[in-house]
Amino acid sequence: MSGDGKHPAPASNSPATDQEDQQASPGGRTQTEEETVTLQVYRYDPDVEAKRTGSFETFEIPVHEGMTVLDALIEARDEHDSSLTFRHSCRQGVCGSDAFFVNGKQRLGCKTQISELSKPIRIEPLPHQPVIKDLVVEMEGFYERMQAVEPYFDPDDPPPGELEERKQTRENREDVKLSTRCIWCGACTSSCTIASDEDVYLGPAAINKGYRFYADDREGDERGKERLELLTEHDGVFRCQTQFSCTLVCPQDIPLTEHIQTLKRDATKRDLKFW
Amino acid sequence: MHEHDVLVIGGGGAGLRAAIAAHEAGAEVAIVSKLHPVRSHTGAAEGGINAALREGDSWRAHAKDTMKGADYIADAPAVETFARTSPKEVIQLEHWGMPFSREEDGTVAQRPFGGLSFPRTTYAGAETGHHLLHTLYEQVLKRGITVYEEYFVTRLAVTDEPDPADRTCHGVTAIDVRTGEVTGFHATGGVILATGGLGQVYEHTTNAEANTGDGMAMAYRVGVPLEDMEMIQFHPTTLPSTGVLITEGVRGEGGRLFNAEGERFMFERGYAPDEGELASRDVVSRAELTEIQEGRGFEDEYVKLDMRHLGEERIMDRLENILGLAKHFEGVDPLEEPMPVKPGQHYAMGGIETNEFGATCIDGLYAAGETACVSLHGANRLGGNALPELFVFGAQAGRHAAGEDLGKPEIEVGPATTADIETEWPTDLGTDTEATDVIEDGSSLEPGTLLERAVEAERERIETLLERDTDRSHVSVRQTVQDTMTANVNVFREAESLETALEDIQTARDAYQDVAVTDPSRTFNTDLQQTLETRNVIDLAEAIAMGALARPESRGAHWRAEHQSRRDEEWLKHTIVNWRAGDPELATRGTLLESESVSYQPEERSY
Repeated sequence: MSGDGKHPAPASNSPATDQEDQQASPGGRTQTEEETVTLQVYRYDPDVEAKRTGSFETFEIPVHEGMTVLDALIEARDEHDSSLTFRHSCRQGVCGSDAFFVNGKQRLGCKTQISELSKPIRIEPLPHQPVIKDLVVEMEGFYERMQAVEPYFDPDDPPPGELEERKQTRENREDVKLSTRCIWCGACTSSCTIASDEDVYLGPAAINKGYRFYADDREGDERGKERLELLTEHDGVFRCQTQFSCTLVCPQDIPLTEHIQTLKRDATKRDLKFW
Repeated sequence: MHEHDVLVIGGGGAGLRAAIAAHEAGAEVAIVSKLHPVRSHTGAAEGGINAALREGDSWRAHAKDTMKGADYIADAPAVETFARTSPKEVIQLEHWGMPFSREEDGTVAQRPFGGLSFPRTTYAGAETGHHLLHTLYEQVLKRGITVYEEYFVTRLAVTDEPDPADRTCHGVTAIDVRTGEVTGFHATGGVILATGGLGQVYEHTTNAEANTGDGMAMAYRVGVPLEDMEMIQFHPTTLPSTGVLITEGVRGEGGRLFNAEGERFMFERGYAPDEGELASRDVVSRAELTEIQEGRGFEDEYVKLDMRHLGEERIMDRLENILGLAKHFEGVDPLEEPMPVKPGQHYAMGGIETNEFGATCIDGLYAAGETACVSLHGANRLGGNALPELFVFGAQAGRHAAGEDLGKPEIEVGPATTADIETEWPTDLGTDTEATDVIEDGSSLEPGTLLERAVEAERERIETLLERDTDRSHVSVRQTVQDTMTANVNVFREAESLETALEDIQTARDAYQDVAVTDPSRTFNTDLQQTLETRNVIDLAEAIAMGALARPESRGAHWRAEHQSRRDEEWLKHTIVNWRAGDPELATRGTLLESESVSYQPEERSY
């Protein structure tokens, strides 16, 4: 892993309070009385003398109905400090660029309403990854884990014909559906204490990616066995301690822990057969 | 300096498909993208992929629908290649594991979409683009194709012959966003631009922050014509507060549009008596804005889209993610109440002029996907036709760049020689001084030396921006462009406002001369990147407004107050804008209504 940034001392990695998790309406029906919101944003830049030691900077941002954390960051950058740096692109929760550590929880900036957070709002880079600059973290380790599970469709048999699809039952597609929603934002892997302590553990996103193919009947039984083997090796599913932190932070509501548990169960059954 | 056979610029659907095709044709390929590929905006496409797969449907029917949707200024050879090839490409996606929604018998499901004579839109829930993007990226990983992610390409390295059609592209320069270093990438075979759309030219858009039309602007500045730039699609159903897209699939499944008087206006006010909500996108967008302008909208801003009657089961099966989008970005639960919607900028039908192999007039330079204009969509793109375009023409460009012989193209490219349009421009266009991205004396240089010159020029340009000491930032300049485009080059257009837009764009261009980057850092400098992107936004906004002013007729997405119908005798034509070293000029080229197997006669377009 490259990237030489320091990371702020983790404030608290405990899941947010219930009050914070309540889905407030972005339509502003729970509009706060404040006219501005205070953001405390982590700043770090290896190139700039004053920013080489990470610290927090405060921004006072005018709030409007439906404002998201990403909106507030954009406002802070465009109106106050053009050097404030964070990844973002689609602003609608599909590109997975803007996972941050907001008030002690991994969240997507574009899907988090200002109105549902306690104030002031503390915004930090994803924990457990080197910081490149401000809120931008090194994702290479995450991508390497994703690649380690052979994340591509690789069926036992050749396709039926150039113009003929493989068939798949609606039920099987339904089994696979939630696992295919992953947007590679890295929130889950950042939240997992096992994945963060040991670089060897694949972590929830990569295991879910493996599960996505393992559960897909179109690949066939032989490939399925290989996949199960790959996912249950020493760096695989058995390192998971079912803390559910990944499932709690996933912005796509993927039941990650459940998928990991299914793989554990299947591997146990497989091993029993051989004894 | 990096060297590869084929360089693909952009990691979205078209770029990934092009890279796979070039790789399979034996080339050594690298993708250079300003985002990691899975962050690309292909992932936000919702509705689906059109392909004639079933008994009772045919590629000819798909081609005919596409040409009618295009209001008869698509080029028939492109339409034929597209409609013939998309079935094979869709099935190939399935073979690559794409999790398509399924029929009861396990085959790939299809649904109705606007402007289609057969329900031929394949889909994966209402998140088809996400699955397409990830499926293609998986195949890129499987093949071990090199990806330079977070490298922002700033310039094409092109020779300087007087006629652009004689020039050669040898590679690109790019900033490694992580380090700020400018690097040259030498392509021995070809460069394929797959940089996507230009939605950031507008204020209210479904496009991502990254969609600044970089490929179009770079190709334009080395002499490749931009074609039909005035043809901008405004999608009829975007959420009012953010521009987030609500898929046409909602209407495809039976969703209904209502005005504030409770009327299903598409039928009841006669906009599309047969097809209603499933008329073509341009027709529905104009209808909505007419309702709003005549006082029958909600809060003078939007209409409503109701899908409650479809029932929770069907919605959960086919449109589930729409529930999340409406809740997260508009605070509305579509199972309980109708969604507010209004038209928003969605898609550029025009772009870099290419032939049906994705080749531009410059040797070694290709374009595919939204950044290109092949021309498939003409004056209006049908819903569900953008995704198949990505892989049909992405694959063509990949193969051709890798050296495969695809025969002789039917579509002609290059700067049209006759400037036959007598448009009076209200202001100077382009730059005062000569401004071109070609490399001086490039035609006599070795490719490696030409690349070094290009890198040197880019380093200088960037240093100038970093060292300049003014308090003007790109933010206000880009805002000027977005404001005027939204006010004056929108769904309804007239000469006077288009002239105002050109004047405002010129003001923005002047202001840009003083723009400074205040972040001094070399590391991940997004201030610098956005400043460079803003130049692209200015150049493209001008080309759009020029096309819009020069075309005095109403066709597809382009509507002019002065002439509210088509003028087929004069305007079965493409507009062609040439940069000409900073002195833009507009010409035209006739459309091709005949190809190998089909020919079309323009008919009245009603739905």
